[in-house]
Amino acid sequence: MDTIFGFAYLLSAVLFILALKGLSSPVSARQGNIFGMIGMAIAVVTTLLLHGSGLELGNYTNIIIAVIIGGVFGAILALKISMTALPQLVAAFHSLVGLAAVFVAIGAYKNPSAFFDGGIITTGSMIEMSLGLAIGAITFSGSVIAFAKLQGLVSGNPLVFKGQHLINLIIFLAILTLIYMISVDPMNLSKEQYFWTIVGLSFLIGFLIVLPIGGADMPVVVSMLNSYSGWAACGIGFTLQNTALIITGALVGSSGAILSYIMCKGMNRSIVSVLLGGFGGDSDEAAAAAVSPKGNVKRGSADDASFIMGNAQKVIIVPGYGMAVSQAQHALREMCDLLKEKGVEVKYAIHPVAGRMPGHMNVLLAEANVPYDEVFELEEINHEFSTADVAFVIGANDVTNPLAKTDPQSPIYGMPILDVEKAATTLFLKRSMASGYAGVDNDLFFRDKTMMLLGDAKQTTEEIVQALNLS
Amino acid sequence: MDFLSLFTIFVLAVFVGFYVVWGVTPALHSPLLAVTNAISSVIIVGGLIAAVASKGLIDLSSTMGLIAVLLASVNIFGGFMVAQRMLAMFKKKK
Repeated sequence: MDTIFGFAYLLSAVLFILALKGLSSPVSARQGNIFGMIGMAIAVVTTLLLHGSGLELGNYTNIIIAVIIGGVFGAILALKISMTALPQLVAAFHSLVGLAAVFVAIGAYKNPSAFFDGGIITTGSMIEMSLGLAIGAITFSGSVIAFAKLQGLVSGNPLVFKGQHLINLIIFLAILTLIYMISVDPMNLSKEQYFWTIVGLSFLIGFLIVLPIGGADMPVVVSMLNSYSGWAACGIGFTLQNTALIITGALVGSSGAILSYIMCKGMNRSIVSVLLGGFGGDSDEAAAAAVSPKGNVKRGSADDASFIMGNAQKVIIVPGYGMAVSQAQHALREMCDLLKEKGVEVKYAIHPVAGRMPGHMNVLLAEANVPYDEVFELEEINHEFSTADVAFVIGANDVTNPLAKTDPQSPIYGMPILDVEKAATTLFLKRSMASGYAGVDNDLFFRDKTMMLLGDAKQTTEEIVQALNLS
Repeated sequence: MDFLSLFTIFVLAVFVGFYVVWGVTPALHSPLLAVTNAISSVIIVGGLIAAVASKGLIDLSSTMGLIAVLLASVNIFGGFMVAQRMLAMFKKKK
């Protein structure tokens, strides 16, 4: 009988792999998602059959109620959330996985007979369980801070204080020591306090790890916490000797790690420097006064922009977080539709770290009905700027700054940028002349080929739409 | 199962994850986060074991299990549904 259950868990793991595999293309992705749901259903039913008491539904009343409450809540969140707020939602979801891992570990520790052969927690199981517990707790508190920063509940600016890294190191070593101490003799109840101390310290270090990381580094943090939630599931999977959990945890863990790597590469920063924090707050307005004028700025109106783009052959749109903040994507698509009617070729160029989570811009554009085959990644489209008449930069800044190529002293040196300077004309839609999150002036603003359209991105785009309609 | 077998499965799964995720198109990285989030909620399995173990009695362990089931359910439904909602938006040129 056990073999059948083993196969069922394997099947569910395979379905999860297919769910991720489906994401290789928008065409297969929805089917992949269905595979994922089936895999989850199989895992749940298998567990109930294996550990539950018969097929009588009445035995599972509490569980069914818990699933319904959680499910309805999750469904409402998923259907109501605005696409701009996705990063917060994902951070919140990560926190729940972490917290669930903590509760499972407590459940297993307090009732070993349900989880372990003969009700004995071995040293090995205890190590696996406490690792799952600690990583789960870190995932939870880290995600709570990430959520609060993304939601604007706490400042997106990095919170740094002296001795921070030393304190983190000490707490980290303390957690490892406690895991060792409790694991050498796991059934000794007098050591229960160690268990709770591990929980407390792990919550604490999760807070401390994310607090110093600035708002602009959130794509890395979100990916990293995604990875942690996977490793937490893995730890619990080893404890339960459950292959579905181990495989899934490993998939999620490596997925998050890869995303973190891609995001770091998109900023040319090492994961270590991101984790040490202190870089990139989210208030570019505050720095506005500090901007030193380096030449003449050519300011333009919506009419100018409409004239230039209406007579262009090829326009490349570069969206950034500013577009998301002002919800300009719908107006932008309307503008592009009008341009296309006039025979202008329109493409979109996405920088890997645009937005507050990986792939955020793509979702926002898709939401505004921009076809995905008009949207390109940096490597795919960068060579095309030299043949474009207009680069239309909406709410982005640092990802276009040529200093990243020329100034080794610059904090963004080495970051791959979109070559908007190569277009015949560059239009910048920005709220102000302020520098971007990296605190670096963008000297593109002061070039002859550049025209600045200062104001709210959505409002400006709507004005361009009106102007295009009249022309 | 002994530790070595489980560890073997783990290491191989990391490799599978590595190759499968590199194959994900960057345009779908947001849905990827939502889907991985949903599937990592397979941790609900642990919650279920704790919840059913007490045979209807409410003790600390089963309460913890039920809370874990509830939290994981938020994620499972929320994660898959928000992924589905995002994916439904990705359309080709007409």
